[in-house]
Amino acid sequence: MRIYLDNAATTQIDALVLKEMLRFFDRDYGNASSPHKMGETSMEAIEKARIILAKSINAKNDEIVFTSGGTESNNFAIKGIAFANRDKGNHIITTKIEHKSVLNTCKWLEKQGFEISYLDVDEKGLVNKEDLEKAITDKTILVSIIHGHNEIGTIQDLKVIGDVCKRHNVYFHTDACQSYTKTEIDSRDADLISLNAHKIHGPKGVGALFIKKGTEIDVFMHGGGHERGMRSGTDNVPGIVGFGKAVEIANIGEMRELKSRLIKGLKKIDKIKINSQGLPHIVSATFLGIEGEAMVGVLNLEDIYVATGSACSSNTLELDQTLLSIGLTPQEANSTVRFSLSRFSTRKEIDRVLEILPKIVEKLRKISPF
Amino acid sequence: MPYSEKVVQTFKNLHNYGKLKKYNGLGKVGNPVCGDVLWFYIKVEKNKKGEEIIKDISFETFGCIAALASSSIITDIAKGKSIKEALKLTNVDVIKELGGLPPIKIHCSVLAIDALRKAVDDYFSKEKKDEN
Repeated sequence: MRIYLDNAATTQIDALVLKEMLRFFDRDYGNASSPHKMGETSMEAIEKARIILAKSINAKNDEIVFTSGGTESNNFAIKGIAFANRDKGNHIITTKIEHKSVLNTCKWLEKQGFEISYLDVDEKGLVNKEDLEKAITDKTILVSIIHGHNEIGTIQDLKVIGDVCKRHNVYFHTDACQSYTKTEIDSRDADLISLNAHKIHGPKGVGALFIKKGTEIDVFMHGGGHERGMRSGTDNVPGIVGFGKAVEIANIGEMRELKSRLIKGLKKIDKIKINSQGLPHIVSATFLGIEGEAMVGVLNLEDIYVATGSACSSNTLELDQTLLSIGLTPQEANSTVRFSLSRFSTRKEIDRVLEILPKIVEKLRKISPF
Repeated sequence: MPYSEKVVQTFKNLHNYGKLKKYNGLGKVGNPVCGDVLWFYIKVEKNKKGEEIIKDISFETFGCIAALASSSIITDIAKGKSIKEALKLTNVDVIKELGGLPPIKIHCSVLAIDALRKAVDDYFSKEKKDEN
């Protein structure tokens, strides 16, 4: 039995989504910009998807721009606002727990003369309203804060943050790639919202950016003027169609119940710490004395696929800032494993993991000096 | 992380882990940046020729797959060797025996060698104390 519990990384495509996409590869493959029937068919399919996305976050249809994914949406939003509003100021506020596509975009902007403030979070991963308020200066043009956190599942209160930004007349962008369709998002709370498809059983390579009407933003991708001039490049029709379908049929299934079941089982293991917060699909657990990658490696041998968020797991040896930000020690951060569910996860899978984990923990602790 | 087949196999069947009941050398090394910590235990005995032989060796490691595989393989190699021979081992031997390591994991093999050398140092310092 192959058990996939890495759905915060990516998800399997839903069969209904795939079915909906297929004809746009080999039958209705027209370029949506072409002035003939095949072009129109593609255009209609795109607009249908746009309506679904707009409705899902209470937005207008022309406020949705399709992109190649979450990373592009984050780059587009932050760089686009930064350069279009340079005359108003050069200060941007974000947090220490953002996704790399936000953090590294901000780091790059620092080299272009922008000043970035990185807010701390509390032990639950929440941004403090007063901290944000204090960080805003007359040079501030943008606040970018992740909505649902990819490692610890913290959900920020968009309304509270959005109200602060509105009051100070500062643009508010939120990366909602991990929270989309898993918790409510209302576009009235933000000016820009990044979304993507492959985390919600849609295809990879397609995302969207909500841009509130009237927002001053520079175009990121120049070319033939697709997406009403906001994002050029031949429309990824099958991808966009799949994205629309994925949103249409999205539901959280039994995620909440399975998350509770998993946490309840994990808590029976000695010397364990649960770090995860509100998102229904993310369980972050620190197995004291065990290195995260070793745990992931042993589970991998058992055909159970999970993730670490920490140092030796990824391609860099940097310590995981999010886990440190919520108060974990470096060693605890290195001992943390993330299990992430989907609506296709089953009770049987969770029970199998809980059955096998105590033995693995025992063995790895025997190997460890701690 | 693309590990060699030998690394995966070594990780699957780790040898010589856990604290030795009787040891006369302990080497502790750690890399707080990556979080890897390695403790090596050695039991040294003199043979008839008076050579100091690593009769037994074990490790306790808090570390990633590469750190665990490096610990296991170096303890296999060092077991039964004289201290003189063991001190000639380098991390290149570890990497070779493991069929290679990803570039960012090379330091794990260095740590394993360091832990072995520290255990030997510890043995020597204890020996000296005994002689005095």
